[in-house]
Amino acid sequence: MPRRSDLQCILVIGSGPIVIGQACEFDYSGTQACKVLKEEGYRVVLINSNPATIMTDPNIADATYIEPITPQFIEEVIKKERPDAILPTMGGQVALNAAVALHDQGILAAYGIELIGSSIESIHKAEDREQFMEAMQRIGMDMPRGGFVHDEAAGLAMIEHVGFPAIIRPSFTLGGTGGGIAYNMEEFGELLRAGLVASPIKRVLVEESVIGWKEYELEVMRDKADNVVIICSIENVDPMGVHTGDSVTVAPAQTLTDREYQRMRDAALKIIREIGVETGGSNIQFALNPTNGRMIVIEMNPRVSRSSALASKATGFPIAKIAAKLAVGYRLDEILNDITKKTPSCFEPSIDYVVVKFPRWDFEKFRESDTSLGVQMKSVGEAMAFGQTFKEALQKSIRSLEQGRFGFGFDRPNDVAFDRSAADGQDPLIQRLRRRTSTSMFDLYEALVGGMPTTEIHALTKYDPWFIEQCREIVDLGLQVQAGAAALRDGLEVLTSSLMRRCKQFGFSDVQLALLTSSTESKVRARRVSQGILPVYKTVDTCAAEFESETPYHYSTYADENEATPKQTRKVIILGSGPNRIGQGIEFDYCCVQGVFALREQGYEAIMINCNPETVSTDYDTTSRLYFEPLTYEDVMNIIEMEQPEGVVVTFGGQTPLKLAQRLQDAGVPLIGTSPDGIDLAEDRQRFGDLLDRLGILCPPWGTALSEEEAVAIAERIGYPVLVRPSYVLGGRAMQICYREESLRHYMQRAIAQDPTRPVLIDHFLENAVEFDVDAVSDGHQTVIGGIMQHIEEAGIHSGDSSCVLPPHSIAPQHIDTMISTTKRLAEALDVIGLINIQYAIQHDTVYVLEVNPRASRTVPFVSKATGTLLAKIATRVMIGEKLSDLQMQPFNPQMSRVAIKESVFPFTKFPKVNVFLGPEMRSTGEVMGMDSTFGRAIVKSHISAGNALPASGNVFISLSSHDKTQRAADVARGYSDLGFTPLATTGTAAFLASHAIQARPVLKHYEGRPSVIDDIANGNVHLVINTPLGENARYDEYVMGQTAMKYKVPFFTTLAAAEASLAGIRALREEEITSTSLQEHYATEHSGH
Amino acid sequence: MHRLPAILALENGITVSGTAIGAIGAEASGELVFNTAMTGYQEVLTDPSYKGQIVTFTYPHIGNYGVNEEDIESDRVQASGMVVHELSRVTSNWRASTSLQSYLEASGVAGIDGVDTRRIVRILRSEGAMRCVIAHGEGLDPRELVERARAVPDMNGLDLTPLVTTAAPYHYIPEAGGEWGYAQLAGEPKRFRVTAIDFGIKRNILRQLSAYGCDITVLPATATAADVMATEPDGIFLSNGPGDPAAVTQGIATVRELIGQRPIFGICLGHQILALAVGANTYKLTFGHRGANHPVKNLDTEAIEITSQNHGFAVDPSTLPANARVTHVNLNDQTCSGIALTDAPAFAVQYHPEASPGPHDSDYLFRQFVGMMSGVGV
Repeated sequence: MPRRSDLQCILVIGSGPIVIGQACEFDYSGTQACKVLKEEGYRVVLINSNPATIMTDPNIADATYIEPITPQFIEEVIKKERPDAILPTMGGQVALNAAVALHDQGILAAYGIELIGSSIESIHKAEDREQFMEAMQRIGMDMPRGGFVHDEAAGLAMIEHVGFPAIIRPSFTLGGTGGGIAYNMEEFGELLRAGLVASPIKRVLVEESVIGWKEYELEVMRDKADNVVIICSIENVDPMGVHTGDSVTVAPAQTLTDREYQRMRDAALKIIREIGVETGGSNIQFALNPTNGRMIVIEMNPRVSRSSALASKATGFPIAKIAAKLAVGYRLDEILNDITKKTPSCFEPSIDYVVVKFPRWDFEKFRESDTSLGVQMKSVGEAMAFGQTFKEALQKSIRSLEQGRFGFGFDRPNDVAFDRSAADGQDPLIQRLRRRTSTSMFDLYEALVGGMPTTEIHALTKYDPWFIEQCREIVDLGLQVQAGAAALRDGLEVLTSSLMRRCKQFGFSDVQLALLTSSTESKVRARRVSQGILPVYKTVDTCAAEFESETPYHYSTYADENEATPKQTRKVIILGSGPNRIGQGIEFDYCCVQGVFALREQGYEAIMINCNPETVSTDYDTTSRLYFEPLTYEDVMNIIEMEQPEGVVVTFGGQTPLKLAQRLQDAGVPLIGTSPDGIDLAEDRQRFGDLLDRLGILCPPWGTALSEEEAVAIAERIGYPVLVRPSYVLGGRAMQICYREESLRHYMQRAIAQDPTRPVLIDHFLENAVEFDVDAVSDGHQTVIGGIMQHIEEAGIHSGDSSCVLPPHSIAPQHIDTMISTTKRLAEALDVIGLINIQYAIQHDTVYVLEVNPRASRTVPFVSKATGTLLAKIATRVMIGEKLSDLQMQPFNPQMSRVAIKESVFPFTKFPKVNVFLGPEMRSTGEVMGMDSTFGRAIVKSHISAGNALPASGNVFISLSSHDKTQRAADVARGYSDLGFTPLATTGTAAFLASHAIQARPVLKHYEGRPSVIDDIANGNVHLVINTPLGENARYDEYVMGQTAMKYKVPFFTTLAAAEASLAGIRALREEEITSTSLQEHYATEHSGH
Repeated sequence: MHRLPAILALENGITVSGTAIGAIGAEASGELVFNTAMTGYQEVLTDPSYKGQIVTFTYPHIGNYGVNEEDIESDRVQASGMVVHELSRVTSNWRASTSLQSYLEASGVAGIDGVDTRRIVRILRSEGAMRCVIAHGEGLDPRELVERARAVPDMNGLDLTPLVTTAAPYHYIPEAGGEWGYAQLAGEPKRFRVTAIDFGIKRNILRQLSAYGCDITVLPATATAADVMATEPDGIFLSNGPGDPAAVTQGIATVRELIGQRPIFGICLGHQILALAVGANTYKLTFGHRGANHPVKNLDTEAIEITSQNHGFAVDPSTLPANARVTHVNLNDQTCSGIALTDAPAFAVQYHPEASPGPHDSDYLFRQFVGMMSGVGV
């Protein structure tokens, strides 16, 4: 069955903004799908609201719609493009849900559109737990006890049958949102009620807990001719009870006999056939009772998933790419294996290494939340590592996380000095071992160092004894090195060549070995190199070396034979951005991939080093050569020394490669682009301050303090409010705005208690200033502005969290000129070659520089999509020596004919009890873009895409901090009232509004009594909330209100600016018809307009 | 813990150092091959087809789930030795009865671990399966070991079936284990009498045939056609086994006589013997097929099966006579994976529908055999 010729045009649905549970793995799958379908000659139409993706690059699809992924907007696209088919299996749950909605609303039928990849019936059968359970029963599969309930009474009846602990899963939510484990009636009641609300169909599954059982996943593919293959098996180190996205996982399965594995495989085949996924990939989860082998089916995803991205990277088998080909009619045996280029794709990859995936959590961003792990996913990213053993892969995965860990313990001075005899330290450890948290692996390390027997650890943690023992081997070797080193004058001497080799084979990093031998990383490295102990690079080839492969996809290990054969061509290494985290996500992967594209187009070999399995950058197809490795100095240097590249790019991958820049340069590595000195000049506050003084460029007055008194003195000098932050912190962590001396003192006390040696930076905070972001490219002689964005919220909210609009919509032209000329001067002063991002603030008609980043910024993809100028690509060409004048880069046109709005997306629903008010610390996970001809229309779109759809009418609840009771606030309220909204307000705010002749119905705050505003929100009587928080600490009722609004999906504005901006949107919503426009159409209009 | 060093010496002169595992101090010699299956080491090691061979497992952790009483393909370890990257020092599985290390030790089989097994595969892939020696001990002389590797008999022309076949005929008594899926028909009345010629038969073939309602008599490899017919079978099964098929002259002669008399089903060596019996040739593959992921296409149905394979020789399809046709093709290298006679009820496959280890996609072949028997003289 060859490619279908009855289809001409295919619509691919993306997954929208990055949220917890749905990250860049869908950019990877969607990009692959679009590329494949285009290669096959189809017209590819794409809809995705996320501008930070590679898939929304205008050359990936034929028509790219950065529009809300809702039936309304998809129908608009369908009307224009008339696709023959929709491929909904590449965009995660969002795309599947959209496909179901299109079907339910009759849109598919109305336009005669076929779903390919998965049918509505299959989606329902797999996703609807009730239908799934019936289907599993039909084919004789074992499932946990339990069932569905639609209300509380039925839930209480069900729990009698199921018993405790019980699992509660709301239907149709992303990443298990709203799910949980109940150990008692009270917890059960809470989770049940929350689950019924979270589920869009008000249905919750209550089921027998299989907590502690072994958990497995199989990645399965099926073609139209009913050929089925398993691509990869994955075993979770964390047993059942922890969401697989939060589990440490291993591929392939480690502790299954062939009989058990084949039984699982047989089940998977039966399941995919019964569910009826005909053309594509699915992921099926199983649980296995470790004491008797009872195997039950947990669930199935009838689409590509996070796990399939992982499986693709782990095996070299490109699941999404093949799935796309299957969807258009190919059979598995008609598709060549990409890696061997000789054998067909209808086989099951055999791997001869171990892959470990380790999640990354950013709990420190959500201080009020607890770090325990359960059925609701909380991690924001993940790192994956290859090794020839589990031990090696585990240690590499941990050091890939970039969380200050360099392996499985022995990586911090305290760990090495761990007192093994401290018996009184055992009790809390036992408590910790019982709970699954983000630090469980390190609790295991402590238990092993303390000599706890495997049976005891297993009883507490339910980790399989095999994993515990593998970890024990690491610990034993570490302790052996430590003891040996302690007996020597020069501890390093203990590392004889054979012991050194053994340590490296166990995955020990040079950093760990340095700590264990009281030496330094550079000495360990020097000794290792002199002993001739260098890593070799093996190939990920899908077939355990049975066949030759040409694809240079490598990982390091310590073994005999090196398979990487560096080419003698011109080559550049780009260092990737590692695991996703808040503040550093897909935007930086986008820049790296653009860099790769540019280099390849210019005939360079583009070599990528990265360890994030979700990304496009770790697709072997993207790069000329891929090293799937941790981004530590050691691992990166090993590759650089072998490859001897002409240049290394450290300015695209965010902080990850930047942290290495100075050391790499000191080691003689040819960094291309802006020099580390230029970067340091921008980041070192003193040097930067001096530079600004010299250039006569204004910035808010500032100072650095080591003591409380110093801080107070500085604040008095520069004036309150002040913005404070520890000098070493990136991404806005631990930033705060202090309005009064009291809170500044409090902040300083905490900061000094944490680390008295680190100075605290104190800036005068420009209150009510308007912020701007400018992105530009410089070649050392000329600087061209790529885009200017105006933040919608006032200064004080992290630029990564605030919404912004491009071009700026309310600014005097001379200020734009000032920003442009300042940007050029600063780029020149810092000797920028490549990208530069500058943040400005305008207060009282004065332009201040807040921050300069001579590197790729988070806004690069947004600007590129909004303007059509691929900044990162141009920057790359500049970095390899081309001149902007030759590249004919279009400078940003502030009078451009369209408006693009970026809006951020937050994970607050995953972290109940967390403050939802925005501040100087970044907490968003992703972004969306709304683009249209006017500001109002663009904001309507950006709000819908961010899950905050504006109401056209209804009740608006207003609660203003005393600080915000201004004429401006009154104007905003009047605006809503004029549009027909009924204002509700707290007593104080109502009085304030009355004084401005606006009638608002007073409602009680949460603590004032019932019914309160919370009840009004819960009852659906509030359609929009404007609640500006007190300057510093929001009160309890404000937290509750934020959470409630979030829960009931009521748009919630915490700033007047955002509330004001939305007025324009609501007007547009009421008065205009809002349509979809592709990037290609936007750009064509722009060009014809010139 | 001090571990005794070991050396793996290849006939091409390459020697690899590692650590002694299995029967410490013992020595192993044979043809070095590799298997790419990620599970099923116990089945592989006990598979009689591995007689005379040293198996390199490409999966780096071997022994994780130990060994148990059930997952055996014969009553002892058949492979001559084992090469692994890392032998697990811990056993973790609810069915495990002992560790792989103790199992090998008790079987007197030597192995080596700590080997860059991928390098070995790459050598075998380009130079072909080769003879080798594994030796344990301090101060071994690698050059001398290479010489000894070169003295190991070549697999070409070697009939190894006498080493693995049953000494005397026996009647197969079904064992427990029905919960494992392959025996979905267990408990069916035994409707057919099948006589299996044992060239080194895998236990799971017997389990499968039995599950499909066959009552099985097993005869030694040297059985004549008269011996077979004397058991009054409804069907004849030709088993898998080790060595060069062309050297199994008695078996070939026996099969030649049996063709047409009763339905015949052959697996692996049995497939090659059926082909040789009708006049086709076999040849040695460079490095063979050993693993659990080989795609095979059924030319009649166009369906793809993921198969378990273990063979170093193959049937040359160009030498098949007019009354035989190729029914299955290995999609990795287009080699012949199955044949059927057009003028007699006889068919055979090169791969292992009984799996163990490996996928169960080809289970239907047993049903096909039973179907053939239903069509004749019951």
